[in-house]
Amino acid sequence: MIRKLGAMVVEGVWRLGFATRFLFLLLRYSGQSFTRLHLTLREIYFSGVLSLLIILVSGLFVGLVLGLQGYETLQRYGSSEALGVLVALSLTRELGPVVAGLLFASRAGSAVTAEIGLMKTTEQLKAMDMMAVNPIARVAAPRFWGGVISMPILAALFSAMGILGGWLIGVAFIGVDDGAFWSQMQAAVDIRHDIINGVIKSFVFGVAVSLIAVFEGYDCVPTAEGVSRAITRTVVSSALAILALDFVLTSFMFRG
Amino acid sequence: MANSGQEALVDLRQVRFAYGDREILSGIDLAVHRGQLVAIMGGSGCGKTTLLRLIGGQLKASAGTVHVAGQDIGKLNTAQLYALRRRMGMLFQFGALFTDMSVFDNVAFPLREHARLPEPMLRDLVLMKLQAVGLLGGHALMPTELSGGMARRVALARAIALDPMLIMYDEPFAGLDPISLGVIGQLIRRLNDALGAASIMVTHDVAESLSIVDYVYFVSDGRIVAKGTPDEIRASKDAFVHQFVHAEPDGPVPFHMKAAPIGEMLMGEVVR
Repeated sequence: MIRKLGAMVVEGVWRLGFATRFLFLLLRYSGQSFTRLHLTLREIYFSGVLSLLIILVSGLFVGLVLGLQGYETLQRYGSSEALGVLVALSLTRELGPVVAGLLFASRAGSAVTAEIGLMKTTEQLKAMDMMAVNPIARVAAPRFWGGVISMPILAALFSAMGILGGWLIGVAFIGVDDGAFWSQMQAAVDIRHDIINGVIKSFVFGVAVSLIAVFEGYDCVPTAEGVSRAITRTVVSSALAILALDFVLTSFMFRG
Repeated sequence: MANSGQEALVDLRQVRFAYGDREILSGIDLAVHRGQLVAIMGGSGCGKTTLLRLIGGQLKASAGTVHVAGQDIGKLNTAQLYALRRRMGMLFQFGALFTDMSVFDNVAFPLREHARLPEPMLRDLVLMKLQAVGLLGGHALMPTELSGGMARRVALARAIALDPMLIMYDEPFAGLDPISLGVIGQLIRRLNDALGAASIMVTHDVAESLSIVDYVYFVSDGRIVAKGTPDEIRASKDAFVHQFVHAEPDGPVPFHMKAAPIGEMLMGEVVR
């Protein structure tokens, strides 16, 4: 039992080391991702544009629920006009980056891991390497940057849809004053403190999810079972990384 | 061996390779000259694909030297190795075509990455390579629409896209029907002669290989146990070569895997 635990810890440290080394290689060979921009734009399309539907729909529903729950609580204290503030702050500070990050990991991260893993299984990465084309520069780096660039935009769109959802429930259905909803939000939400910090969070989550997704695909055992395990690890590790990083970032950003 | 006066394009001397304590290859001496088509034969897991990886620089020898075009593969840095690989082509066992690209784009891939040609010239070159492997009509197909033999031919067109000096084939005949097998065999021979290249083919298809190659190395348990021209191999009295060439089920390579006597195992309580 103790031996097993020890072996797991040692393996975990090894993998962390490999992932760090992989990140350095990714950054070192990232030049092509920007000099041949179409490679990265293609990945922004696959990771970002194709995730739009799930992000927008989820954002809308989260906003609708926030509107309902928020109104129910606020009206007890006679401050239902503050609904806009509650919805906007919840989304820009926390729910936008975190939920969009979790959705991004399950939709785009798993797809990136599967694609790279299958390329490895079918020897496509080896073939590329034998053609004197570096697979990290040609395959991994554009997917990494595609994810890093897409994630903050998706989180922003998630928050925007969420606010729209909150407005729909609060103003259009329940009848909260439209002017109060927007003006209180405008007065209470701070660009630097709330919006920029939310963008920083989503950027950090984008780096974490994209790195995990690309690394797990690149490092997977080249069999059907190996790829499936790698995909599971991407989703689980990304979710844990997002929640842990969120706690760390929040404790630094919003210390009062 | 033919061409012995000429410097070998691929020259392995006393090569040993091991994963930790597990020795895969030892005491390998092998030479391939320009214009030659050489087969490396042996049973599954005998180390022949490892040999190909050592020549391509994907693995480094634990001892001995691997020279390709006069350069010691083990001493090259990544940039030098990539410069050398631009002059090599490799056909993988199942083609390893890029599944998100069409046949045309697969063949164009090495040209786009390395040659920086104007698009009309690139197009002409790709179509000529596809014509050479008989798949000009399939340029717009995706890899999933190809049969095993067609995929192998497209991969061959891609491997020769940059007119390499050395072409390596990893099990080019595996899983092919007799017609495709014959087509691939003839293409390998013809392309080698047309390019004036050297070709190394790892295979265990005896009949097809002996009909097209110039020289054969037999590998067993990580060592070269026999070598010679196809005629010498056919006439060989070596027990291993005889068993392999005539596909005999028992011989130096036994039919039964090492195990305790069956009587003991049947009487045992649990067999794991």
